[in-house]
Amino acid sequence: MTTATTGAATPTGVVGTAHTRVEGRDKVTGAARYAGEIPFAGLAHGWLVLSTVARGRILSVGTGPVLSMPGVLAVLHHGNAPRLTTDYVGMLGVPPDPTAAVFQDDRVPHAGWPVALVVAETPEQAREAAEALVVTYEREPHDIVFSDARPDTYPADGHLPALTEKGDMEAELAASAHVVDEEYTTPEEHHAMMEPHAATARWDGGRLDVVDSNQGTTWVADELVRMFSLDASAVRVRSEHVGGGFGSKRLRAHQVSAVMAATLLRRPVRVVLTRRQMFSLSGYRSPTTQRIRLGADPDGRLRALEHRSLNQTSTVWEFVEPSTGVARVLYDADAHRTENRVVRLDVPSPTWMRAPGEAPGSFAMEAALDELAEKCGLDPIELRLRNEPERGPVSGLEFAGRNLAACFREGARRFGWADRDPRPGVRREGRWLLGTGTAAASFPVGALPSTAAVTAEPDGTFTVRIAAADIGTGARTALTLVAADALRVPIVRVRVRIGDSDFGPAGIAGGSMGTRSWAWAVTAAAGELRERLAAGGTVPPEGITVRSDTTAALGALARKERHSYGAQFAEAAVDVTTGEVRVRRMLGVFAAGRIVNPLTARNQLVGGMTWGISMALHEEAVRDGASGGLYGGDLAGYHVASHADVPAIEADWVDDQDPDDPVGIKGIGEVGIVGAAAAVANAVWHATGVRHRCLPIRPDRVLRAGGPRV
Amino acid sequence: MAPSTSSTVTLNINGEKHTLSVDHRTTLLDALRERLDLTGTKKGCDQGQCGACTVLVDGRRTVSCLQLAVASQEREITTVEGLAEGERLHPVQRAFLDLDGFQCGYCTPGQICSAVAVIEEHAAGWPSAVTEDVRPEAGPPPLTPEEIRERMSGNLCRCGAYGQIVQAVARAAAAGTPTEGAAA
Repeated sequence: MTTATTGAATPTGVVGTAHTRVEGRDKVTGAARYAGEIPFAGLAHGWLVLSTVARGRILSVGTGPVLSMPGVLAVLHHGNAPRLTTDYVGMLGVPPDPTAAVFQDDRVPHAGWPVALVVAETPEQAREAAEALVVTYEREPHDIVFSDARPDTYPADGHLPALTEKGDMEAELAASAHVVDEEYTTPEEHHAMMEPHAATARWDGGRLDVVDSNQGTTWVADELVRMFSLDASAVRVRSEHVGGGFGSKRLRAHQVSAVMAATLLRRPVRVVLTRRQMFSLSGYRSPTTQRIRLGADPDGRLRALEHRSLNQTSTVWEFVEPSTGVARVLYDADAHRTENRVVRLDVPSPTWMRAPGEAPGSFAMEAALDELAEKCGLDPIELRLRNEPERGPVSGLEFAGRNLAACFREGARRFGWADRDPRPGVRREGRWLLGTGTAAASFPVGALPSTAAVTAEPDGTFTVRIAAADIGTGARTALTLVAADALRVPIVRVRVRIGDSDFGPAGIAGGSMGTRSWAWAVTAAAGELRERLAAGGTVPPEGITVRSDTTAALGALARKERHSYGAQFAEAAVDVTTGEVRVRRMLGVFAAGRIVNPLTARNQLVGGMTWGISMALHEEAVRDGASGGLYGGDLAGYHVASHADVPAIEADWVDDQDPDDPVGIKGIGEVGIVGAAAAVANAVWHATGVRHRCLPIRPDRVLRAGGPRV
Repeated sequence: MAPSTSSTVTLNINGEKHTLSVDHRTTLLDALRERLDLTGTKKGCDQGQCGACTVLVDGRRTVSCLQLAVASQEREITTVEGLAEGERLHPVQRAFLDLDGFQCGYCTPGQICSAVAVIEEHAAGWPSAVTEDVRPEAGPPPLTPEEIRERMSGNLCRCGAYGQIVQAVARAAAAGTPTEGAAA
């Protein structure tokens, strides 16, 4: 028994100071084990087989020859797989993507649909057998043509209403001194996180134990419970280290097929998606076609704002890329109309990908604003400042802190914006044309109900248990700092354990909500524990544990427009001989709430901006009309920004707080990409005098677009 | 008689010899991860496109997913697990940790192995595509951020920690050249 001590008199105040990652040493030495790296005795290996047709029915699965191949243990397919429950609405309010509910019928709704799982003793045997498996199909004509001109597009809500509308759009446009009316497109984009999806499933003492790589163990466990009709207490999902997620790491075909095989074979089964399989099984950002109409008075005040966006989804799952969300937050106008539409095609299901909606939407909106600034003869920052709304343009709600103007002022000062010559196409350095651009960023602030347990151990240390996920965000470290402050002890006395559904329900690492959701729960539990210990007494051998649940506190939160903001700046150089665009420098200044750990936060914001460069210049998945699949669906065919593409990027922030959050956190995971591609595109215009409204800004597009100096 | 599909090989990894029977199809990467429990080397694409599986073979960078285990005999293989000396991190590891040269950590072992070789390649005078003066007598070019970026471009980091990685490589390179460091 030990006397409990917390330093009630000397607050440590580590939140806001830089700390290297608590698991950093494990990551640089190779000791950190990811999902596919936990050894199990008797492990068998599953290899998925994907459809080679884009639409049709499975006629036969030639299991016979494959089952006689060396080491093959089983072939699962729609003819022998257990039936799953799929008519439920999951934790985040959406039904499961049928792509994850594998082998339920003979339908093939897109190229690369999972049709079988081959299980064998070794990965080499499983792979060869999977490649040898002959599946025959009744092929049907497929339709993958994504176009705004199609008659079968329809408005769809998703997480946000499809349509918002006020005022007389045509009248306000007619009365405007300056009008921008343009179409912008963004291509299909893929998450491409470095660690492929991997899961090992096994039955252990009557419980299903799944070692996985995901963005929320509660989330995945809940889906497995429902899909396999199991008792909630019978499923445990662990996910200690996650090699990136970006929205893709949820319930997918690999966990479900691994559970099926482990159940059938009564031994541990691991299924890892190959890089190529990820391009059809793990979601992606839909291409978008966006139409923007802006009308303004001579002084730049917006009279009319219309933003329409179309995205594609699969025939089996409706996903809305809510690109018009930015317009609902950033700018008001007398006539204001936004609409998200979708079209169902014979393509894989898209999903959330870093700043879903805001990333493509901000490209279109912030590029259009730049065009309007040019027409009005106004500085693009001044145009935005003149259109700062006092309340939510659509909601009418008050803003819970809107420091966008401060971001622009600080960013402009540091970037040297005041010296900018607004004329396009007039700066040349050898074969390079130079230009600078800016754009605004915003991303919603949210939190999901979470529980945490904080234990005072007899040795004077503290253990925090929460089903959080650190997908590279630094959440584990951030929560360590938050807990230390709430307990008022040095961080060396705090141990944070995450990534285990047995720790109790918690929100996901997604929507920039992770650290805010979990820090809230940790603060509540740690604060109560500190009070209990302050009352005196001793810590028994089993420790003293306090649990928290933020459900009620979040439910009582006042409705406000809660967002993180940012101002993005980019300098681009355009090679007049090759059409190559190079970003020379980038600066982002953000108002994103209280920054828990400046070291990891800066890294994450810069990472988002790097995605913006990648989105502006490189990323583009191209579908082949003949096969319905992707050309080059791998990391050679799908280029993400590499070292040589990325210049020195600076990210910083202005003082900002969410007054209603116990720690003051808003969220930083996504706001870094928002507006970043637009800032680059606007810089390319400033360099060349040519507007690029289709991403990515490839060399061939730059050359074909011509322009005065190219 | 069916042809043999496996062979016994001896792999020299991090100074230790391992003799094992491997399927001829087994890559060096899978031998490390699945057979020897050396999971520090990561599988990001299994196609030689991402660099996550980079190890040092006889001191040179190699993507271990594109090398068969049976072709790796009599080579000195160094993985991320073999860089630190006991508790003392390799200067590159130290710099990655201190400067936060990663986020999710999955590309990190490959980046670190690559960086170790980059520093050696540069010191040995190897030019890169961005080296301006490639004459042998010109000697190693300054290890500028541009040189580091070019030389590290075989290693993708989707989290976008490139800036911090470049700083870490520069710091580790400077730490490894004490005479220059002392003169600076």
